[in-house]
Amino acid sequence: MTIQFKNETFRDDFTFSNSPEAIQRFPFPFDKDEYMYAVNIEQHMPGPAKSTTEFPIDIDEHYVSEMRDRALVLKEDPLRCQALPHMLTAEWDLVELLMEQMSKHYPEHFSLTRDGDKWRWVNRPLGIDQHFTFGDTATLPYPPMEYVTRQCQGDFALIDQRNDMLWMDAGMITTQADWSLDFDIGMSWTEWHGPVPLAHEMGVMDRALKFMLNLQQGRPVRRLNWTMTINPRLDTSPENYHKWGIDRTTVTPENVGDKVHLRVELQALWRLPRSNAIVFSIRAYMIKMEELVTVPKWGRRLHRVLRDLRPELADYKGLTRFRDMTVDYLARHDDGAPTSPGFFPD
Amino acid sequence: MLVSNIKSRPVYGGLKVDVAARRHLVAAEGEGALAVIDAFGAHPEALARTTLLYAAGGSAGEDHAARLAAFRPDDLFVMPSQPTLITRLNVILNTATMGTRLYAAGVEGFIGSVVAAGMAHGVDQASIRTEHRGSLARRVQCVHCKGMTENVTVSPVTCSHCGIPLLVRDHYSRRLGAFQGVSIDAETPGDVPPAEELYA
Repeated sequence: MTIQFKNETFRDDFTFSNSPEAIQRFPFPFDKDEYMYAVNIEQHMPGPAKSTTEFPIDIDEHYVSEMRDRALVLKEDPLRCQALPHMLTAEWDLVELLMEQMSKHYPEHFSLTRDGDKWRWVNRPLGIDQHFTFGDTATLPYPPMEYVTRQCQGDFALIDQRNDMLWMDAGMITTQADWSLDFDIGMSWTEWHGPVPLAHEMGVMDRALKFMLNLQQGRPVRRLNWTMTINPRLDTSPENYHKWGIDRTTVTPENVGDKVHLRVELQALWRLPRSNAIVFSIRAYMIKMEELVTVPKWGRRLHRVLRDLRPELADYKGLTRFRDMTVDYLARHDDGAPTSPGFFPD
Repeated sequence: MLVSNIKSRPVYGGLKVDVAARRHLVAAEGEGALAVIDAFGAHPEALARTTLLYAAGGSAGEDHAARLAAFRPDDLFVMPSQPTLITRLNVILNTATMGTRLYAAGVEGFIGSVVAAGMAHGVDQASIRTEHRGSLARRVQCVHCKGMTENVTVSPVTCSHCGIPLLVRDHYSRRLGAFQGVSIDAETPGDVPPAEELYA
């Protein structure tokens, strides 16, 4: 199954869009008509064919364009990719994980050949053919985490575990929903979630931490998270907030269907074999309201979720300025009929 | 003592002398001298094994340096500023040996700098004994240009490097020893609310 890679942009003229097939496989995050935090973690098992969870690492039609956007972000701000020195073993673990998964599930696009520690990696969509020695940083053109994550969709944090705590000690973060790796690197689980409203008081953070400390190798887990973005902009970093924040004021009743995007993160966690660190992958999918309402159940349900969202959550997610207009738009696509349980289209 | 519900902010447990330490390495700033005097005044036997670094800062008129000198620690470095003190501290940490206990006392930005220096030399941050004294002024990192603005008592504050008006967020990085500053008028260019004195 060869993927047709699109040529599109996530900035300036914003030519990003989803094909009808991409809309059908969008990871819609609401399984009922309301939203509240939950420790919604499940085993990262293969999902239905062609879905975003069919394979542990999902490569889709946006791959080549996303990798080009990542390169642009790094060119402007190299601090989006950082690793504390003790994370080098985890970086190599990540190289192995991503190269194995990508070559196994997309053999027509990627291949990995191993002869002991002499490896050869071929990435056809990006035109890369690299011989290197596994474990020898000098044989790659970038540090290991940077090398492999410049070639894989999604952000990646490498999380160390010590003293019964998790520590955000490395990452490639170029498509984030408004958090700063440069500020948070070196923080504990509790510290980096400090600004999240309500969740600490609900005990969600403590329960999720306990779960993650017990994460087993070979048994990855996943969850969905969501926010909304104006224009299909991947780089909504705080670093560039003074450049993209103004977008939030440009929504009008005429353009709301085109400008407002639901942004869903498929987050997965893997225990790594050599370092015992955890990979936290954050794969972002975006869909504009006009595309979303082509699935009647989703248009109906998102209307109800947004309409009834608690104000402090709307504020934290940055929706306040355009929420009413979006609810009005979606109301036109809500006939009041009941929605069926679960995430998938009817 | 700072009391706060900011999850990312460290808790400062106070300068308790570790009687088992073979070497005491103490960094103090301004009113932090009083914390040192309180803690080591109760353990005079520890002073012969103590290296003390002090920068008077805004407390220069109080003459805390003379009181520290009267303690007769094994080594006393009175430094003209926080940055010069941290430079000297880094040199000492470079050759520090097992059994050295690191202490920090003063304003929050200073403690953060000392802890960051310790961590860079492999000292576990949880093992560093710290005490907050003096102003609640914050050290603020501009998330946009990464410049540090010192002694911030108001929000919003203008970044001293790139000039962007910053909302001072209640999110603290131990590694940077700083709070996060984020553009306050990104969604309303030019509309900056008056600065409020919040952290005097």
